Amino acid sequence: MYTAEFAYKKATSVAEAIQLLQQHPEAKLLAGGHSLIPAMKLRLAAPPALIDISKVAELRGVRREGDTLVVGAMTTYRELETSDLLKAHCPLIPQAVYHIGDPMVRAKGTIGGSLAHADPAADLPASMLALGAKMKIQGPSGARVVEADQFFTGMFSTALQEGEILTEIHLPIRPGARMAYAKFPHPASRSAVVGVAVVVDGTEVRAAVTGAGEHAMRLTKLEQALAGKPLTTENISAACQGLLAPDHLNHDLVASREYRAHLVDVMAKRALMQAAGL
Amino acid sequence: MADKVHITVVVNGVEHHHEVEPRLLLVHYLRETLGLTGTHVGCDTSQCGACTVHLDGQAVKSCTMFAVQADGCSITTIEGLGSPGSLHPVQEGFWEMHGLQCGFCTPGMIMAAVDLLNKNPNPSEAEIRHALEGNYCRCTGYHNIVRAVQYAADKMAGKVAMAADD
Repeated sequence: MYTAEFAYKKATSVAEAIQLLQQHPEAKLLAGGHSLIPAMKLRLAAPPALIDISKVAELRGVRREGDTLVVGAMTTYRELETSDLLKAHCPLIPQAVYHIGDPMVRAKGTIGGSLAHADPAADLPASMLALGAKMKIQGPSGARVVEADQFFTGMFSTALQEGEILTEIHLPIRPGARMAYAKFPHPASRSAVVGVAVVVDGTEVRAAVTGAGEHAMRLTKLEQALAGKPLTTENISAACQGLLAPDHLNHDLVASREYRAHLVDVMAKRALMQAAGL
Repeated sequence: MADKVHITVVVNGVEHHHEVEPRLLLVHYLRETLGLTGTHVGCDTSQCGACTVHLDGQAVKSCTMFAVQADGCSITTIEGLGSPGSLHPVQEGFWEMHGLQCGFCTPGMIMAAVDLLNKNPNPSEAEIRHALEGNYCRCTGYHNIVRAVQYAADKMAGKVAMAADD
């Protein structure tokens, strides 16, 4: 399959990418391309220009700045999976990434590409919400930082405005926190029918779900039910019941609204049991 | 037509220079421009893995990237892995363990398996199956494919030769 014609521009810096976006306002940014290129091949997208930012050096890699891990938006899944810094301070990310797609997808796909695309079935948005990540966004008028809770705004929609680029993901280091991701994969695509990420930090429980609704969201009912309580099998089982009403959930050939609501309870319980070491 | 872009790539050790249309997929560049038809187009929707090649040492799906994205990169295709008289251990494994029936998925399956063994020379059966999740075989099932990869891992670790000497 061939895509529609487009002009190809390769950016070598963030500043150049922002400039190119101003010159080509209808252009799309090309990261790993594993959502955009399939959409272009099916002619669901036909941008007149692509601005390739995948090789911008300042957008790649994981580094520590004080009590924050700074992840460049063009860091690939493979790099996240094998990052010693993430394994040591934020094991939720390598664990979630291990189950994304397959090795070839993970070699090309990037964290920033996935978050900016905001596919409702993408894995990482749930982890971003559970961790309390912050998104650094750069545009023609400078940089701003958006909390993960304000970043995902709808199906394939984020807080990114025209001309802006997601450049960094800031993950708070939570010493001693226990974290886990449980996912029910789509039988063919391996994307998340439902995926739940949990972070247990002292007596605080943070949990978020992806795949269930229009965009990833916090499971506030679960967080409140477990706040301050010991993570016992009884408490977890009691809390993981009826977490989301089926009415507004996604439904497709693989899972009805009611089944998705059921999966949210099951995946939340699995993630919590794993985080609690039960 | 959109402006063509100059690319330089090294494929199986040979440097190539071409002017390509931006929308030319890497798999079509390999098959049609370079004539390397060992890399197959299967599903063309980023799922089946028949088009798997190595890009700077990493297995990727060549149907899901444009040739322009490979500019400056080194690519290995199935043609660059071994030769009829001197098979790569993974190729030999597919031969010895009957890891194929129609053979359509085999080039991609082998490239993914080599990628796995480069990163993990001694994988468990579960790790082999996880690493081949992006490669579909529609005729043999996966049992003999897993055995082929295990054969290759043993061969590369020197265990097969030792067994033959016994």
